[in-house]
Amino acid sequence: MKARVTVTLKSGILDPQGKAIEGALKTLGVNGVASVRQGKVFDIEIEGGDRAQAEAALKSAAEKLLANTVIENYRIDVSG
Amino acid sequence: MNGAGSGRSGIKMKAAVVVFPGINRERDMARALRLVSGREPAMVWHADTALPAGTDLVVIPGGFSYGDYLRCGAIAARAPIMDAVRAFAQKGGLVLAVCNGFQIACESGLLPGVLMRNAQLRFICRDVYLRVERSDTPFTRGYNAGQVIRVPVAHGEGNYIADGETIARLEGEGGVLFRYSSPDGIVDPNWNHNGAMNGIAGIINERGNVLGMMPHPENHVEAVMGRTDGRGLFAGLVDYFKAAA
Repeated sequence: MKARVTVTLKSGILDPQGKAIEGALKTLGVNGVASVRQGKVFDIEIEGGDRAQAEAALKSAAEKLLANTVIENYRIDVSG
Repeated sequence: MNGAGSGRSGIKMKAAVVVFPGINRERDMARALRLVSGREPAMVWHADTALPAGTDLVVIPGGFSYGDYLRCGAIAARAPIMDAVRAFAQKGGLVLAVCNGFQIACESGLLPGVLMRNAQLRFICRDVYLRVERSDTPFTRGYNAGQVIRVPVAHGEGNYIADGETIARLEGEGGVLFRYSSPDGIVDPNWNHNGAMNGIAGIINERGNVLGMMPHPENHVEAVMGRTDGRGLFAGLVDYFKAAA
């Protein structure tokens, strides 16, 4: 089973890396960029076919390690 | 509070330095501890599950544990030895966490808040001035409140942030021990090198037994290093354990 955990900064948390990327995009002349926030994507392969179990394991992974919930949110997507 | 150290031999502070893969300041730290306490610290490997018996002080040194992968300190914070360090701190044992150690302490829940990328996005490696906010802690008894010391920093992620409630609590309870300042102790944005909230360079936990700080006091402890401003921190700890013995 394939899954994707997406970790993003909570709103209100300053993201200097996102700001730098935003500045670079503007320098490159990419039009219409209002703002950029940088995050992380984890593609995870889960053993076995139990969807509920997979979701529980991924939640545990996100809470324990993948995200720092002081500053970050996470989203779990399990695909077949 | 005399730490989890029963069975101490003599009055020399018994320190344990925790070593993770990618840490590179553990030898500077061991040298400073040896120099000031007169006792060789134990070096404890991250995969160990216990601290040496009678440990007075646990030190989490600086460096780049696990190559700063994921988030600075995130993986080290989940290493087996950290359960022992958390248990030690829960019993009142003193923990000194410097630079990457501060990041590890925050990631492991020993201290509140997070160290984000420096606001200017640059790695900063230079001497800074710190205003010592309190002298009534085991870590800062070697200084006077309001004293300014000069010590090096070397970090890319030292920008301390926490939610408003945590900052209010830290400020209200005297949780801030060091702030970036001018040479004469003025705290303002011009002297805030990394964008940290309220110029915070070092904090202690509510119980007052865990100190996290970005600057490196261990690098200014003997004349050959150019300055000895950091020595007061180690000398204060040694005195603290002598007084408790």
